[in-house]
Amino acid sequence: MSRRLVWRKFVNVAMFGLSGLAAVVTVSVLFFILGYLFWHGASALSWSFFTRLPKPVGEAGGGMANAIVGSAKLLLLAIATGLPVGFLGGVYLAEFGGRTISFFVRYTVDLLNGVPSIVMGIFAYTVVVLPMRHFSALAGGLALGIMMIPIAVRSTEEFLRTVPTSIREAGLALGASKWRTVATVVIPAALRGILTGVMLNLDRVAGETAPLLFTAFRNRFWGRGWNQPIASAPVMCFTYAISPYDDWHRQAWAAALVLLLLVLAANMTARLVLARKLSIHQV
Amino acid sequence: MGVLDLAAGRAASRRGLRSFFKRLRTGDALAHLIVSIAAASIFFITALLVFELTRNSGLARHKFGWEFLWTRTWDPVKEEFGALPFIFGTVVTSATALLIAVPLGVAASVFLAELAPRRISNLLTFLIELLAAVPSVIYGLLGIFVLVPVLRSEVMPALKKTLGFLPLFQGPIYGVSFFAAGVLLAIMIIPFIISVSREVLLAVPAEQREAALATGATRWEATWHVVLPYARAGIIGSAFLAMARALGETMAVTMVIGNNPQISASLFAPGYTIAAIIANEFTEATSDLYVHALIELGLVLFLVTIVINGFARLLILLTTRRGGTPA
Repeated sequence: MSRRLVWRKFVNVAMFGLSGLAAVVTVSVLFFILGYLFWHGASALSWSFFTRLPKPVGEAGGGMANAIVGSAKLLLLAIATGLPVGFLGGVYLAEFGGRTISFFVRYTVDLLNGVPSIVMGIFAYTVVVLPMRHFSALAGGLALGIMMIPIAVRSTEEFLRTVPTSIREAGLALGASKWRTVATVVIPAALRGILTGVMLNLDRVAGETAPLLFTAFRNRFWGRGWNQPIASAPVMCFTYAISPYDDWHRQAWAAALVLLLLVLAANMTARLVLARKLSIHQV
Repeated sequence: MGVLDLAAGRAASRRGLRSFFKRLRTGDALAHLIVSIAAASIFFITALLVFELTRNSGLARHKFGWEFLWTRTWDPVKEEFGALPFIFGTVVTSATALLIAVPLGVAASVFLAELAPRRISNLLTFLIELLAAVPSVIYGLLGIFVLVPVLRSEVMPALKKTLGFLPLFQGPIYGVSFFAAGVLLAIMIIPFIISVSREVLLAVPAEQREAALATGATRWEATWHVVLPYARAGIIGSAFLAMARALGETMAVTMVIGNNPQISASLFAPGYTIAAIIANEFTEATSDLYVHALIELGLVLFLVTIVINGFARLLILLTTRRGGTPA
């Protein structure tokens, strides 16, 4: 072998070695995060963490039951406001839309998807908090709901498109009208995929903090109804993390661990259930 | 579906009004109406978003005009507001993040797309995409308690010693800084760069590689001289996509940047970003002008990310189209 060839082979091995190293380093970050949160968070987890209200500063113990329930309420509101629009919009794109309008809908959806979450918070603030003159769960749920629309549209459309045309034609050939074919044949055929999309979507907004800071705000108590400021796990994690108290730091780790486990579990289930892999910039 | 639609459409227009009522009875027109309303409401929401941001920043826009963008003062007490320190901080942290994340991310995606066996590649990609699902407040938490202490005691002194002649790495070391925010952002955006670039690389036709290998190139040479240039636009697109994310990232940055509205040549100085100041001061803003100034910052952020996102998607679309099979 000439010296040049040896050099070229060396470069080949070295460069691919470095690229492999980059991949391994990236993946190890995930394991580091998991491990570190377990190490710090698990000790702070206890029964009272899930069942008690936060205690005032200085008193040990207490939990964030209100934040957990609050997060669930906010997600419920988000599903109620964002999902119908997103789902029907996706049906429009896949089944009913003309070419030009569909192009603009898709482009708008992509733009909406790129809007920073803090800006979505400002938006919900201007349309709900300003007229009502106080923070509320409603505003937080709406902010999260609007954030869900883009992914709901794109995933619904994508999965409806995977249903073969022949199945639609079979429905139409039996004399069913178009909407019946779509509602009773096409959508059920794509249902698993669509639900996966919903799950990944929920997963993404479940950990959002920024849009809740000045919409749902915070609450040290239960926050009855939908019209009150409400606590949520991510915001609680944030306020505890930047506080100067050790006990609150411990609780922040615990909240982070719970949040991470829920998010990763939902994400993995969604992805593993799904045969076809989805890329994250589409979903 | 297209042909069917067309035929149905022509037939419908021929039969006219009577067929419209018939279709209404069978529900097709109604279904069309409902989904069209949903689609239209997406336009409506986007338009309303722009409208509200513009309307609710009116006071600040009228009082400060374009000078808002290059004024350095941020003084809520005297009600003088300028965006420059925040724009500066946002740009500096995102640039630092990209400088770290793009080489690492592209290298990793080259490994995943070109070398790793498909099975291992899929597994690693799965794990990397899980990383993208980690909420940003958790990155922030780890940033405060792990990253900042490590940077303060190990990395920053080392950088100061070796590269201290550059103004970038001078000044006192606090830990919380532009640099810490940049590093944390880099960790957060790497998964996106990897995922998108890998897809772009996989869309490069196999013939391109085979042709290069057939002329005697090593695998690396085929990658470096043929595959990467072919996928260049898409990879740049992935970087822009990641950049849009970094610009708008709020929680993690707020927690490690130090929240001090200043412009400094040193990356070791604490700073502030647009998203961070909105997060921190929005609920404390007492006067209308103050709130409007913050919303105007939001408007600036919105416009910048929209432009960058639109550009990135265009680039990615162009490459995956050219490759024939979009992933």
